[in-house]
Amino acid sequence: MNSPVVTRPFLIEARDVAKSFGQTPALRGASVAVSPGEILAIMGPSGSGKSTLLHCLAGIFTPDRGEVWFDGQRLDTLDEAERTRLRRTAFGFVFQFGQLVPELTAADNVALPLLLNRVRRRAAYKTAEAWLDRLGIPDKAANRTGELSGGEAQRVAVARALAMAPRVIFADEPTGSLDSLTGEKVMDLLTGLAREAGTTVVLVTHDARVAAYADRVVMVRDGMVSVDLGAISEQVSAAKAVK
Amino acid sequence: MSVPLTLLGLLEREPSHGYDLKRDYDTYFGRGKQLPFGQVYSTLGRLARDGKVVGGEAEPGEGPDRKRYSITDAGRAEVDAWLADPVEPEPHLQTILFAKVTLALMLGKPAAAYLDKQRAAHIRRMQELIELRRNGGLVDMLLADHALFHLEADLRWIDLTSARLAELAAVVNQGER
Repeated sequence: MNSPVVTRPFLIEARDVAKSFGQTPALRGASVAVSPGEILAIMGPSGSGKSTLLHCLAGIFTPDRGEVWFDGQRLDTLDEAERTRLRRTAFGFVFQFGQLVPELTAADNVALPLLLNRVRRRAAYKTAEAWLDRLGIPDKAANRTGELSGGEAQRVAVARALAMAPRVIFADEPTGSLDSLTGEKVMDLLTGLAREAGTTVVLVTHDARVAAYADRVVMVRDGMVSVDLGAISEQVSAAKAVK
Repeated sequence: MSVPLTLLGLLEREPSHGYDLKRDYDTYFGRGKQLPFGQVYSTLGRLARDGKVVGGEAEPGEGPDRKRYSITDAGRAEVDAWLADPVEPEPHLQTILFAKVTLALMLGKPAAAYLDKQRAAHIRRMQELIELRRNGGLVDMLLADHALFHLEADLRWIDLTSARLAELAAVVNQGER
């Protein structure tokens, strides 16, 4: 890595990030910073740019302008191989539809990133089974994920994200395809286990109830982070305390 | 719904007679429950006593009171403080939220910022309820769920209204005299 190492209080940060797709701007100078161990929710209406911001923070998209920092290094200037390595070792992902391999079993899916990181087969499967157990679905380890319910599949996705002991989990509408009760369970598990492990979580959602699981909430509008609801919330509390 | 604050807000727009205030209140905030004339004048009397409005000289004409009322600086400060203060997040807030948003738009004040404050207050309350759900028994969980679903409905309304502020501003300001 050639980028200079700079000490910053934030684990991950976007600074004035712009990104367009063709002629359509998705981000127009978005800035956000996430502290280590923090659970941040990014909210916003459809098309506001919130998912694009998450993809830029995770090094999946390269911004057209601005900077993305992770743990004191520039992420956006790394070459693709370095970013891929980082995504595989330091980041975990949970997407709306799980993005699991349906032909493989739940245990295979969770073990897969470990095997790609050269963890021995037996150790990888032992870890996978332990995580499936913690997520309350030990009996599904041998089931193909294509046969699981939406909630079970999403628990497998959470297990897969956590199994690598990542520094950051990026979750894009993690409960978007689930009913509210199942969504609650998935959010309880995701945030509970991440807090236990001290893992930073960046969560994109349009659902306030999901966002309320986070420590802090920011709003994205028209490609910019327009409001830090956490900061507003602190102002509201301070104002009430004075009364 | 706070009648005194709503009338103060309407007076901040322009000095008005009690009759005009009643008409505007019924048009925007009454929704099937009209404000009695008696309540309009008794409220104006109390606001005048408290130094929040001043009544002009009585004008000739019919009716119980032909005074034109104007808001004072103290009244203006009270409206500003009320608009800026998010409502305690409880179920069934729509009417008061609607009144705040409508008045903010009439007065050219930052309605979007007020809605953001309200959104923050709601999410903060949701965080407390989720904590209660996590640590409580089934009864706590079900009560928290009930409150959460109501807050969720409010938030949907806040989101929708945020997206339609420009349209709503056009509607509430079209009758501007």
